[in-house]
Amino acid sequence: MKKKFFWRILLISLTTLLSVIFFLPSTHSFLSMPGWLKKMLPEKGITLGLDLQGGLHLVFEVEGDKAVDLTLEQTAVSLKDLLDKKGLKADVKKDGSNIIVSSSDIKTRKVIEDNYPALSLSDSSEGKAVYKIPAQEADRIKEDAVEQAAETIRNRIDQFGVAEPTIQRQGTNEIVVQLPGVKDTQRAVDIIGKTALLEFKLLDEEGIAAQLPESILPEEEEKLMQEFAAKVPEGDEILFEKIINEETGKAFKKVYLVKKQTLMTGDSLTEAKVNIDTRLGNEPYVSISFNEVGAKLFEDITAANVKKRLAIILDRNVYSAPVIQEKIAGGNAQISGRFSIDDAKDLAIVLRSGSLPAPLKMLQNVTVGPSLGRDSINAGVKAGIIGSLLVILFMIFYYRFSGLIADVALILNIIMLLGALSILNATLTLPGIAGIILAIGMAVDSNVLMFERIRDELRLGKTPRAAVDSGYDKAFWTIFDSHITTLITAAVLFQFGTGPIKGFAVTLSMGVAINLYTALIGTKLVFDLINNKKEVKKLSI
Amino acid sequence: MIELIKKTNIDFLGKRYIAFVFSGLLSLLGLWAVVSIYTGSANLGIDFAGGSSVQLKFENSIPLHDIRKAFEEKGIKDFDLQDLPTENKILIRMKKGEFTMGEFTGKVVNILAEKFPQNKFVVDSTTEIGPKVGGKLRRDALVAIIVATIGILIYVAFRFQFRFGIGATVATFHDVLAVLGIFYIMGKEINLILITALLTIAGYSLTDTVVVFDRIRENLRTKHKEPAVTVMNLSINEVLSRTIITSTTVLLTSIALFFFGGEVLHDFSLAMIMGVVIGTYSSIFVASPIVLLWKGKMTFAKK
Repeated sequence: MKKKFFWRILLISLTTLLSVIFFLPSTHSFLSMPGWLKKMLPEKGITLGLDLQGGLHLVFEVEGDKAVDLTLEQTAVSLKDLLDKKGLKADVKKDGSNIIVSSSDIKTRKVIEDNYPALSLSDSSEGKAVYKIPAQEADRIKEDAVEQAAETIRNRIDQFGVAEPTIQRQGTNEIVVQLPGVKDTQRAVDIIGKTALLEFKLLDEEGIAAQLPESILPEEEEKLMQEFAAKVPEGDEILFEKIINEETGKAFKKVYLVKKQTLMTGDSLTEAKVNIDTRLGNEPYVSISFNEVGAKLFEDITAANVKKRLAIILDRNVYSAPVIQEKIAGGNAQISGRFSIDDAKDLAIVLRSGSLPAPLKMLQNVTVGPSLGRDSINAGVKAGIIGSLLVILFMIFYYRFSGLIADVALILNIIMLLGALSILNATLTLPGIAGIILAIGMAVDSNVLMFERIRDELRLGKTPRAAVDSGYDKAFWTIFDSHITTLITAAVLFQFGTGPIKGFAVTLSMGVAINLYTALIGTKLVFDLINNKKEVKKLSI
Repeated sequence: MIELIKKTNIDFLGKRYIAFVFSGLLSLLGLWAVVSIYTGSANLGIDFAGGSSVQLKFENSIPLHDIRKAFEEKGIKDFDLQDLPTENKILIRMKKGEFTMGEFTGKVVNILAEKFPQNKFVVDSTTEIGPKVGGKLRRDALVAIIVATIGILIYVAFRFQFRFGIGATVATFHDVLAVLGIFYIMGKEINLILITALLTIAGYSLTDTVVVFDRIRENLRTKHKEPAVTVMNLSINEVLSRTIITSTTVLLTSIALFFFGGEVLHDFSLAMIMGVVIGTYSSIFVASPIVLLWKGKMTFAKK
């Protein structure tokens, strides 16, 4: 007779014990536990969602089309270079999604085919050849751009210093970034979103350069661009330097005529750090170093352009345009531009982690302050305790001793639910807490179904033992069917829900599943134990 | 034995035509809400419509009209203001993107810091959602509802009969529509949290309905000579006690959530409270009558 119960008692005790062990690390008291105990307990427990611990949830779209565009532009420039070197006279221009070469002779075409196998000839007529990037290649560029962007963001966040960030790809071209506990949200957004494309270009100091105003107000930019649209020479462009007058606080823009050709980018950069210029009133600047190849290139560029002005451009903004006094060897340069110390630090971070292959567009930005999260947890726990107490008291009031059994099952249910969430390292969100509380309300349903059946059987005049057995048997399939239907909706919520909603689906479905276990095995066990000793005359139900 | 409900013998199905009218009106209300959501005239949360919101917690209470004035002076238009006076909290919402992402919060914070320098505040939360995300979430919510419906229909049809599947599905839809309709009439915000509540209600109401169906199936097996209406009435009466007890316990927890669960879960628990009441009603007055509408014999093989 004893053996019949042994396994069930063992099973229930073991699952309860395991749940407690796994849940302990998630509690406050874990921090004050002795070290030897901490070592024995599992390390990770329930993670709090961003809505509970505060932090930043961002979704970016990688503008892959721009990456393709950029590739076309770079290809056009390097192709022109190549043709020049081979002594082939032809103009190369990027036009929309095409590269147009102003020559269609066989030799030119051969050179392009051999060196740029990715380009496909889409149209060629007398004296003109139009090249395109095939769709497949464009897709590959976009795919790479997303992958590389995610990697770059990861680097930047690592350097920014966030504990346990999550950076994930979503869909074809989206990246989800979750930064728990970040307080300076704007700064984090800026660091992630900066393209950080560093370019070195020469100024064009001839021609219309003299006609351009030295500086303009920010709102005059459009007008200026329209006025000079036709006058800017082929191969040049107008760029600006943003300046804020320290005394008046007024913003204005310095105007530069820059040669389009990029002499060098930040690709070969190995180090970027913040220095303070003590001569110029402690102004911070960012000093950068290049690798060997970059250093050599920088030396060549500076040697060939002494006395000319070299613009240092970041994301199409000119930071400075110093005159090259002499050849610069050693591969060091500096970027200055009236930075605050934080600005300079952030700039160093983005330069070190490399540029993004394409601009990012922010789709979603949710931040939760730490105090709101704390309030939410407190409110959730309070509601949970009050809700549970109400249910527990109600069950005792209505079902007496059997209600107490249901309450024990309910408490086991809560313990096991918390344990299961800990084992799975589930993320607990505010809707997740709501899910737990609802599961508590629904958990007693299985017991109610069983008790009502047992009462029915008792009314028919059956003995307590027979009533328990047949009541349980009859209630079994009802409990099963009703739980499965709830699980179906929870599974759908999990599949189609995002973030917090997923958390809700997890807690609700686990609550329901565990409820099946505690009711069908736990409660039944108690009744069997009661009925085992000797035939009970009256069942308190 | 305490019995709130003694053995009853109520003719529930006799009142089915009154119930059909009442439920029809509730469902129409819900359909109206659905149409309004898709035409964009409903009060959609920014998670569906796109836009920005900032919630601030001030040190001292602050009148809403002062804040409104401060924003209007700075040329910000078309914003919603809400307050939680007990906690000195203010929620500023702005639908559709007049600002580019990341700008709204900064602007709000700057204006308020400048206008009310003596009343310090902290940013509780900010949400900015692009229009594209809103569209995607709306589609996802719709897909979730459709998939859940099909899943339930198949399961109930498989475990019972096809007509029971229809009855359960109609009753569930009825509950979801009713709560949605009432929320719409109340001018409450329709957002992702509400959708979660609606799906939970669907799950709960379904449990209730399945319990009734289960008893009907059982009784049909033993009393197959009686008319279906009698068997159904008997079954509903038999499980009535369970229906009310379970609704009470779920109501108790929902009410606890409503009063103590904090501001974020306020509307969620309100929807749950309504859903439990309506779900209980529908499992008695809607689900079985719908099954009865179906022609053909209702039999289950004896076990």
